[in-house]
Parts: sequence; C-alpha cells; structure tokens
Amino acid sequence: MSADALAPVAGPQPDSAGHFGRFGGRFVPEALVAALDELDGAWRTAIADESFRAEFGALLRDYAGTPSLLYEARRFSAKVGARVLLKREDLNHTGAHKVRNVLGQALLTKRMGKTRVIAETGAGQHGVATATAAALFDLECVVYMGQVDTERQALNVARMRMLGATVVPVTNGSRTLKDAMNEAMRDWVANVDETHYLIGTAAGPHPFPAMVRDFVRGIGDEARQQCLDLTGGLPDAVTACVGGGSNALGIFHAFVGDEAVRLYGFEAGGDGVDTGRHAASITGGSAGVLHGTRTFVLQDADGQTLESHSISAGLDYPGVGPEHAWLHDTGRASYLPVTDDEAMAAFELLCRTEGIIPAIESAHALAGTVALAPKLAAELGREPTIVVNLSGRGDKDVHTAGDYFGILDKER
Amino acid sequence: MSRIGVAFDKARADGRALLVGCMPAGFPTVEGSIAAMTAMVDAGVDVIEVEIPYSDPVMDGPVIQRASDIALAGGVRTADTMRIIEAVAATGAPVVTMTYWNPVERYGVDVFARDLASAGGTGLITPDLIPDEADEWLAASDAHGLDRTFLVSPSSTDARLAMTVGHCRGFVYATAVMGVTGARARTSDAAPTLVSRARAVTDLPIGVGLGVGTGAQAGTVAGYADGVIVGSALVRCVLDAPTEAEGLAALRTLSAELAEGVRNPTR
Repeated sequence: MSADALAPVAGPQPDSAGHFGRFGGRFVPEALVAALDELDGAWRTAIADESFRAEFGALLRDYAGTPSLLYEARRFSAKVGARVLLKREDLNHTGAHKVRNVLGQALLTKRMGKTRVIAETGAGQHGVATATAAALFDLECVVYMGQVDTERQALNVARMRMLGATVVPVTNGSRTLKDAMNEAMRDWVANVDETHYLIGTAAGPHPFPAMVRDFVRGIGDEARQQCLDLTGGLPDAVTACVGGGSNALGIFHAFVGDEAVRLYGFEAGGDGVDTGRHAASITGGSAGVLHGTRTFVLQDADGQTLESHSISAGLDYPGVGPEHAWLHDTGRASYLPVTDDEAMAAFELLCRTEGIIPAIESAHALAGTVALAPKLAAELGREPTIVVNLSGRGDKDVHTAGDYFGILDKER
Repeated sequence: MSRIGVAFDKARADGRALLVGCMPAGFPTVEGSIAAMTAMVDAGVDVIEVEIPYSDPVMDGPVIQRASDIALAGGVRTADTMRIIEAVAATGAPVVTMTYWNPVERYGVDVFARDLASAGGTGLITPDLIPDEADEWLAASDAHGLDRTFLVSPSSTDARLAMTVGHCRGFVYATAVMGVTGARARTSDAAPTLVSRARAVTDLPIGVGLGVGTGAQAGTVAGYADGVIVGSALVRCVLDAPTEAEGLAALRTLSAELAEGVRNPTR
C-alpha cells in the first residue's frame, strides 16, 4: 500500500499556480519565487518517477513503520455511542503523522542537491521529525521554535538536539509558531541556494500545500482500505484535528470523492471562540493572506495577525492550509471548534478506556467525535462508524496534561 | 510621468542618484513619525518611503520589525498612515508607501488606492505581492493613477525580471542581496549585475535597497543605480536614541551623510 502512496488519484487539485478556488497562491518576496519554482518542478518530476515513489514507499514501510494500524477502540466506542476506528499515526516512528511529510521532503532536498534543511515547529513534533530525517539523510538542520514553545515543549527540544539539530528560540512577536515561521522564511530568503525550507504543514506558498498533502495522503489511502477490510464498507464520517491541517488533509483526501462520507475538521477553540482566546482560523477568522498564501486567518480590522491560543502548542497557529479553506468554502468538509476543556476530557477518556495517551492535538479530534456521535446516530437512525485520525502520541504533552489535571508532584 | 519619475529625471540631470529614506508609520508615535520623516526631508532625503507597520513582516530584519511592533503596540491604524502620508507629502517630497499585502486587502484594495492617492501618495511598493497575484492591485492602481513598484531579486530569472519590470510604474526596486532588510558591513556584489540585467529590459529608474547604511555605501550604490533606498540604518537612529530629540538629531546627521553620499558616486 505505502509503495503506491504517491500514485495519482482523482480529486481536488490546485491549479497550476497553486490556487484552491479563491485560496492558496504565492504571496512571497520575489527572492523566493525561483526556489518555489525549483521545488515545484522537483516535486512534480519526483512523484511521476517510479524510482522516487519506490524509495519513498520503502522508507515509509521500513523506517516509519507504516501502514499504521486502524484500531477498533471498543471501550472508547461504548462510551461514545459510535463505532470508533482509530488511525494509529501515533505509532509511526517519531510518534506522529509528520514523519511521512519529512521523509518525502528530505528525499526531495537530496534530489535538488541541497545540503541544509530548516524548519519551524510549535509542539516540536515537526521539529523532531525534521531532525530525524536530517540525521538519516546527513543534512544540516536548523529548527526555529517560538521561545514560549521551547519552554512548554522542553522534552522535544532535547530530542532535536540529540538528533544533531540546532534549535533557535524565536523571541519576536508572540514567540510562538507564527513567529517561528516568519524567522524560517527570513532564513530561507537569505540562504535559499543550499537550503530547503521543510514546511511542516499543508500551508505556505505553492507548492507546499499540495506537496505536503501528497506526502501525507497515504494516511487516508490506508485508512480507506483498512476500513473496507474491517467493516465491509466506508465509514459514515472521518474526523481529524486542524491546526495547519496536514493530518486532516492526509486522511480526508482519499475520501473526498466518497460523497456519503462526511469529513469533519476540529479546530482549537481554546477558551471558546466567543472569548477571542482560540486558534480556530476557519470558525473564528476571515479570509486573508498569511505566510505566503491566501486562507483563513485570525486578524483584526486592519489585517494585523491576532495571537492565537490553544492548550495544544501544535494547534496554536492563527492560519490554516488553503485547501481546508477551500473545502470549507465548497461545503465538502465541516469545521467546528473544540475547547481546551473538551479536548482534555476526551484526552482523559482515551487514556482510561484504551490505554492510549494521545497528543493533545489528536484529543481535539476525539472530543469532536464525542460530540458528533449522538447527532450522527440520531440522523442516521443507527450507530455510526467514525474513523478518527489519531495523528500523534502524547509523550510530548505529558507535562501540559499533568499540569492541567493537577497530577504532577511539585516536589523535585 | 509620475511625480517619482520627475524626481528621478531631475536627479539624473544633476548627475546624481535619488535618496529614498524609509520609516514605519506610527513609529515611535504618529506625531513622532511625522517629525522623523520631516527631519529626513529637511536633511536631504529626496523621497520618503512610508512603511505601513505589519505584524508579520517577513522581508524585514529585526530593526524594522521592532519599530513596527512599537508602532502597532502604540495603536497605529492603516487610516493613521494615510494621515501621515498627507502630512509628509505637504513638505513637497514625493511619498511612496510600502506594505505587505494583507493590510491592503483588509482595507479594501480599491478603497486603499483611492485613499492613498487622495492623501498625496505616489504609489506602493509591495514586498510580498508579485505581479502573478496582483490583478486587483493592477486595476486599482490604474484606476487611481498610482505607481506600482514590484521587487526584483538576484535570483529572478530573465523571464521573471522582464515580466516583473513590465508591470512596474514609477520605479523598480532591486533587492541588493538575498536576505532581509538591515544595514550590512559591505554592499552587495550581486546588485550591480542585477541592475544591469534590469536596465536591459526597462527604461524605468532602478532603486537599490537592502543593506545600505552609510554615506560611503550610498556612494557606491549611487555609482550604478538611479536610487538608493535606506531603511534600517535610519530607523535605528530613532530606535536607539535615549530621547526623541536625540533621535531626530541622529536622523538628520545620517540623512545628510547619505545625501552627500548619493551626490558623490563611486564609479
């Protein structure tokens, strides 16, 4: 299955300039256009090349450990009132779906003859994945991380350093993921000849949104087949958390053509969208331009980016990938907010019913599923089957969750 | 011909390059920025580039980002920028505006162009809007008679260079280095080549920015370009000064040095 992860499929594509309807495109300094064109060409050539696809497939299988399992969570299902199938991306090497994207982009980096990768990271998961791929492919690696995030995700900072990466704490602006992304862009403008900017989500200027989607869309291809094998049919709904949105696009993509399968993206509602303290760009934002693409953005009346808030550093981003903006516009996918408290309740429920500690990002998808299940059951008149993308594991979030639940011993 | 074009022609007739000085609107305050820009004009800066502060200025280095953050924290709005442009234009110096695209789109592209023109602005420099995505701006700038300056870079291919300058009006902005704004120890080797590549495909004047901070560097750039664009070094005068008066004094001194530099090109 994973050897064919890049085989062309029908489905929504951006136009040749990277537009998904009114979203996407390139809003970048001219200095980056040549590099984006080079990347676009390298990516298109690579995915049409059997040997590249075979190499990527072999890495996914032998190194990343995919296909990841589709696990029927029976005790969780009983509490929720739906047949819940978990796509276990948390079992991948490095602990999240993100390894698929970095392996793909690291292979491209080699093909382009570049020797250095830079990345931005919020929770640290993408930084760890990038540092991992850089070690594997012998690439120099610099990871930009908001200073606030280096503090709340100290464990992942240590991981990146162990893997040989340089972690640069960013002290500009809100000192979170958005500012790390600005800093990475600046580095890229200055060092574009030898450097590939390994963007961690399906956002940014064309071709990143489409390329990242293609590298992670094996999640959905696998889940679709696994669901058919397990249940004899397609699920009623597929759910995922949405920050930048790569795990959600990855699992949605294979189902976009299956009109009967509902797609739900759950955004970080923080303290509640009406409080203004949230990271729900589609639910609580408006169309604008941020980080090289037109999409939904949290912004004020003057177009200044607003600070986002989420208990999950990985979802704490004031924008979203442009393909999600388009899926929202066309009504093919639904986007709903989940608060910090709802996410943490679902986090605890999965821990206690299944013995699985999810990433807090993924707990947003679980919480959304808990809320969705009774509505869907009432509408369908039967127990629905829901595939949830368990995009990552919770090791990195143990400190945050321990704090939230008040179960950390204060004495050291 | 646009007012900028006239200014470039006049400088060319005098055998010198034009000096463009950049300052974020509303830094350190709305009134303070008007005072700073007026001081720059008095000390010999030919054209004032008013930058609309933006929360995520990816093309700017740390000095301009800090100044922009101060302006935004002080509550400056896009509408205030229009007022600042009006006040600076009243000095008689041509005023160009520089902004990232999202504030324009949020203000409303056509309304922005209308208000910019009526405030006396001559046009707009767009660091993150390339002609490929600029249909709305091309129409609005035509409708309101504004110049438009897109950037060309050392990494631009010949085809993109020709396409980009083909959409420019007023002048072309050549980015001297691969990188962000900020004064550097030495000027770029890539810039003269980029300017001559641009000259081969346009008659528009060419301004060079990024990395210029001293009179000597201004003289070097004036040796091959029609305009020398200075930002961070001027902003730093205000940023680093203990008092507003000392900031203005430092700004006048550096402006005069740069104005002297563009009159003494190193060829």
